[in-house]
Amino acid sequence: MKILKIFIIMFLSIGFSHLKSEEKNIELKNKILKNIRCLVCQGQSVYDSESEFASSIKIIIDKKINEGLEEDQIYEFLREKYGDWIIYDPELNKNTYILWLLPLLLFLFGGAIISKNLNNKK
Amino acid sequence: MKNKLNLLIIITFLSFCFIIFYKGLSNSNTYSPKISNKKNIPIFEAKDFNSNIYLNSEKIFEEDTFYIVNIWASWCVPCRTEHPLLMELSKNQSAKLIGLNYRDNLNNAKNFINELGNPYSQIMIDNEGIVSVEFGAYGVPETFIVDKNKKIIKKFIGPINKEIVKKIKLIIQ
Repeated sequence: MKILKIFIIMFLSIGFSHLKSEEKNIELKNKILKNIRCLVCQGQSVYDSESEFASSIKIIIDKKINEGLEEDQIYEFLREKYGDWIIYDPELNKNTYILWLLPLLLFLFGGAIISKNLNNKK
Repeated sequence: MKNKLNLLIIITFLSFCFIIFYKGLSNSNTYSPKISNKKNIPIFEAKDFNSNIYLNSEKIFEEDTFYIVNIWASWCVPCRTEHPLLMELSKNQSAKLIGLNYRDNLNNAKNFINELGNPYSQIMIDNEGIVSVEFGAYGVPETFIVDKNKKIIKKFIGPINKEIVKKIKLIIQ
């Protein structure tokens, strides 16, 4: 009886851990799909699109996750095939540094103007 | 004086924006990925259209010649338009034409080939579109030129036309 209980517990724990890892994979897949631009659609992510292109990308990402690739490796794979444009969240590189630094510069510039005006009023 | 300076700054800024947007109007609104440097052909395995045997990319591109890879489907209308030009290209002995049948129904694809002729020396089936993604394609039709070093040297998005055929012939000569 005791052995049977142990077996049931072991069986359930293996089953649950398998379910958990599957759930994790689905979460990761959805996260990646939402961050990929559907190149043949107008303003849609691959996650939202039902186009042929999006369907193929969904299958390939599923495959890559099952192969054990990390999120960054999958983005790198897609970037190599389609360029930076396919990723919604662009990384900081020589083509995108203006995009990343401009808001910061504007913020500093605005702050400087405001503080100068405040000082003048005093 | 200060007001004039402000006005000048605003006018300069607006003119700058106008020029940027005006120039943007003439840009193409379809995105086409650049092939900045020559890429190796992807490593893949696909089913042969006629024999149903799985072949790997090494076997498909084994000869020391140029290859033209054309992604097509029977449901794709522009593929029908470019087909006569592919038939013309198939007569050229300097390159082998490989067809990649993209997300298609096999019977429809066979009818398409029977009706319009077979320009391909080999057709591979890409039911899930995975091989096409490995090539960096995002639709049909698309045509790639692979050189003797098995590198993708040129990519044509959309149906090929007479101009493109001329370009292809120049490259593979």
